[in-house]
Amino acid sequence: MLQGIFTNQLALGCAQAAATTLLALLVVLLARKREIHLERETIVALIRGIVQIIAVGSIFLLLLRGPAWTSVFLLVAMIVAAAATSAQRAKGIPGTFRVSLYSIAAGSGAVIALMTWAGVIDTAMTSLVPIGSMLISNAMNTNSLTLNRFRSEVESHFGLIETALALGAASKQTVVPYVQVSFQASLIPAIDSLSSLGIVWIPGLMAGMLLSGSDPIYAAIYQFVAISMIFSASGLTALISSLLIRNHAFSPAEQLTLRPQAASSQGGNRSESK
Amino acid sequence: MRIVLRRRPEDVDTIQEQNRTAETRPVLETEYLSRIVSGKRLVDDITVRVQKGEILAVVGPSGSGKSSFLRLLNRLDEPTSGTVYLEGNDYRQISPRELRRRVGLVTQTPFLFSGTIADNLRFGPQQQGKDLPEETITFLLDQVGLADRANSDVVNLSGGEAQRVSLARAVANSPTVLLMDEPTSALDEEAKVEVEALILKIVKQNLLTCVIVSHDLAQAARIANRVMLLKAGRLEKIGSVREVIHVAGNIH
Repeated sequence: MLQGIFTNQLALGCAQAAATTLLALLVVLLARKREIHLERETIVALIRGIVQIIAVGSIFLLLLRGPAWTSVFLLVAMIVAAAATSAQRAKGIPGTFRVSLYSIAAGSGAVIALMTWAGVIDTAMTSLVPIGSMLISNAMNTNSLTLNRFRSEVESHFGLIETALALGAASKQTVVPYVQVSFQASLIPAIDSLSSLGIVWIPGLMAGMLLSGSDPIYAAIYQFVAISMIFSASGLTALISSLLIRNHAFSPAEQLTLRPQAASSQGGNRSESK
Repeated sequence: MRIVLRRRPEDVDTIQEQNRTAETRPVLETEYLSRIVSGKRLVDDITVRVQKGEILAVVGPSGSGKSSFLRLLNRLDEPTSGTVYLEGNDYRQISPRELRRRVGLVTQTPFLFSGTIADNLRFGPQQQGKDLPEETITFLLDQVGLADRANSDVVNLSGGEAQRVSLARAVANSPTVLLMDEPTSALDEEAKVEVEALILKIVKQNLLTCVIVSHDLAQAARIANRVMLLKAGRLEKIGSVREVIHVAGNIH
């Protein structure tokens, strides 16, 4: 319908954005009817989303005319922004920004560098930046899941952890099971994406390639390549993140600092069951 | 060349340390121990001495800082100021892991690791790279009345049994001091009497120095040599059960 009304691509884009925003607001209204208030959060997210993506589009417009190495700066900036976003997910654990930065940079950075060197990712900015950003954003999600799960696991098992500490265990050793659980849980989305590829969803990259006239079989194979890279970047990120974060749950005197609020202020072991 | 003979600060520390150990020191001593969290004085300037083989009960109303005080003694929490001396040594000079091996803890809720009773007993010594001999496991379980239960899974234990395992597990580490945080308050009346008797037996048999937090004055009177009464983190009174009980009665 919209394509019939708007012939100019920019106008069509604005109309399409307006239609999807209306749909999102409708969902908010439905939630409101059930007394779930998402209005403020959703409106802020929608405004942020459109402003950010238009800004990125504008930067692309400028950078496409610049030298190829500028894409490296763009990717680095994305990694820093991803680390800052992810660190918010683990408030209460000191040093999460650094953990997130090292994990996302090492996880996605290594895969981007290696795959670009191997020729899997094209060095052209139009290829490197979108694929790189895909890897970074997935690494960010995995990192957030790892930190979040680690925090909740430690908080809900603080009695067992402190019992182990009180018996003379090394602090890192006391959280080994929770590091493992956090690592495994954070990789569930990446594994599910890989195993449901083509059955449950046809991802954006393949859709984009098809729209731009690529061979459907090559588009399909490259989508698999992208999802595999996402898995590798996410796995590496989760591995580094889960190993680094365990140091941040303890003080230098091997005291558990990551404890539920009530227990911390009372100083006792009160709320955990065996 | 002129040689200036001057005592370096570390020499002074060493001499003080030697003097300290030369005297007959208490096994456990707190010195102006305080812990402040978000402006709240959980433990406020507490100085006490606990002699070898002594059982000191810590009593006081709810929120008076009993558990907070206990957690400072094995450094599960960090004092804001003051320190603790273990057998004459400032505990900040001892590695936290070694300190906690020497100062055992039995908590109100017995947090047992999954596996068997024997696995739980082995845990502490394993952290020091040692294997707990089978005969020691048998001996410890015999002490706590769980002979022949070494291979039972901990999920099948009652509250009283779990607390006995927790006690045996703390003793398996060969501690010098045993801290207990209301070890019987989560138990029913029958189990409470049994575990209380067991604590007395274990402390005496293993020549342990013991600090036990209790909200039950009658229990403190039954098992402790001395009682310290806390109120809003401060040491209100310390002395014999008889001396403290009158003051405590007014506060409770």
